[in-house]
Amino acid sequence: MQVDLSLPPPRHLAGDLAIWIFILAELLAFGVFFAAYAFTRARHPALFEAGQQLLDRNAGAINTLLLLSASALVVRAVQGAARGDGARAAPWLLGAIVCGFAFLGVKGHEYALAFAAGVNLSGGPFQMFYLSLTFFHFMHVILGLVILAVLWHGLRRGHYGPGAMNGLESGAAYWHMVDLVWLILFPLVYVIH
Amino acid sequence: MQYKSQAVAKPYFVAAIGLFVGQIVFGLIMGLQYVVGDFLFPALPFNVARMVHTNLLIVWLLFGFMGAAYYMVPEESETELYSPKLALGLFWIFLVAGALTILGYLFVPYATLAEMTGNDILATMGREFLEQPLLTKIGIVIVALGFLFNISMTMLKGRKTAISMVLLLGLWGLAIFFLFSFYNPHNLVKDKYYWWWVVHLWVEGVWELILGALLAFVLIKVTGVDREVIEKWLYVIITLTLVTGIIGTGHHYYWIGAPEYWQWWGSVFSALEPIPFFAMTVFAFNMVNRRRREHPNKAAVLWALGTGVMAFLGAGVWGFLHTLAPVNYYTHGSQITAAHGHMAFYGAYVMVVLTLISYAMPILRGRAANSPRAQVLEMWSFWLMTIAMVFITLFLTAAGILQVWLQRISTAPLSFMATQDQISLFYWLREISGVIFLIGLVIYLISFFVKGESRVGAQ
Repeated sequence: MQVDLSLPPPRHLAGDLAIWIFILAELLAFGVFFAAYAFTRARHPALFEAGQQLLDRNAGAINTLLLLSASALVVRAVQGAARGDGARAAPWLLGAIVCGFAFLGVKGHEYALAFAAGVNLSGGPFQMFYLSLTFFHFMHVILGLVILAVLWHGLRRGHYGPGAMNGLESGAAYWHMVDLVWLILFPLVYVIH
Repeated sequence: MQYKSQAVAKPYFVAAIGLFVGQIVFGLIMGLQYVVGDFLFPALPFNVARMVHTNLLIVWLLFGFMGAAYYMVPEESETELYSPKLALGLFWIFLVAGALTILGYLFVPYATLAEMTGNDILATMGREFLEQPLLTKIGIVIVALGFLFNISMTMLKGRKTAISMVLLLGLWGLAIFFLFSFYNPHNLVKDKYYWWWVVHLWVEGVWELILGALLAFVLIKVTGVDREVIEKWLYVIITLTLVTGIIGTGHHYYWIGAPEYWQWWGSVFSALEPIPFFAMTVFAFNMVNRRRREHPNKAAVLWALGTGVMAFLGAGVWGFLHTLAPVNYYTHGSQITAAHGHMAFYGAYVMVVLTLISYAMPILRGRAANSPRAQVLEMWSFWLMTIAMVFITLFLTAAGILQVWLQRISTAPLSFMATQDQISLFYWLREISGVIFLIGLVIYLISFFVKGESRVGAQ
């Protein structure tokens, strides 16, 4: 077997350093919340088990697919712009925005059912964590969509291209963070038990 | 000075420093009353001295913020102030109202003061930090509205920069959240709940925006770093501030009767409140390291860097120390809170106002920077006050840990007063540190009167 000993080409940081500091702070916030969830779950396994049974895992799975698709579409848009084909790449971003809105729709439907079933923040630790974690993430999806909308507008006007990728890459990195958090949140809260 | 109307900042700064001296004198009196209980009693009871100490702090910081805004906004907007006359008029109204209020505290029994000032029409008095009579509160609103009108109109007719937008957002927030001081429900839980909307959302919310904007302004001026770079940092910092600070209000809701989920929300979000302060420190040092000019005002650069470090320590680290609900269960309302309060207010707000005064005052007096001799003296005062404050904080923290142990954790808990006797050594040490702080402050005052050749002329 041949081993490739050559160094990888030097890599540049995609997006702005400031957005990465922001992303790390966001991940820290979610990380603290996830850890708190894990510790509390270890103390009340039966209660969390019962709470998880009531969640709609199919809705969660659909939402996972939607966010993954959105991330893939964002990647296509960034690649298009990097090739200097910003205007043709813009529809990819529009597709990602549609996926994001679909996520909000599915999640909103879930919330409506949960509230109708009497789920609330004072309804014990599982309900508190379920609502807090998903709602905190929900707000991030909304912020991510605002950012994608700005990027879409900029892309259509030709603001991004080779040598001018900073803003687009920064916004894309933020969206991937929103996606990444969901990829941990979904199994943690909906699936693992 | 680029615009004539910036000169209205000067009386605001002078008044701020004057009231600062008063605040420290009352602090020393109270510090002594901690250990010599009947000192100046009955002429000046502890509760009155405390009220004067905290109210003077808030009022002089407001003078500082307003002066800073009057100085900054014309320069940022590249236009004269909308109405310098209004700014001067409001200055005198605010100063006279503030002085009358303090005299009222000192010479009229509080209950009588309440009767005299219409507290029976709308009861707003008697709550910590919001003790001001109704008339004073209304006065504050009028002054704030006039001030905001003046500043907003100036910005509307001139250049709109990110820094002045953040400043304006902070100042409007300051005025809007103060309105909750008029809401005083009978339900004690609700009363406390909304009381924090003034107190917490000021110092851990909108004031931080003002802090960020002032620091960014001075850093642009003294380092010559590109505005875009500084603005980008400012955006990151204020977003982090608002996300952690607003929900972080929950760390005051643990034990007042608010729903239990606040213990989680408050703990998680307030635990992250040090992040924006840390970012501010990194930001300040980063910008100074990347400076593209050597500004002659070394003292202002020192104050700016000091603000970053001390705000992170005082507000960030000392806040984190007792913010988690399981910890706060034991430490609530102990001397640990006092330790945090002292270093946070000094490190964040006192120092940023002094940063701005340090930068702007020489220019207002017709030179780019003070003479080297005056600057050396100012830097001495920086170190004396800052180190004294570090020791005040450390002694109060030690007192607090001991207090929590003796009064709340030990198997044979002592009463509150018996505990106070046990920790009096730390109160004495704190008082000595306070005297050093006063010496630093006196040197600070002297630095304004030191003559000497300024190396550079006015800009």
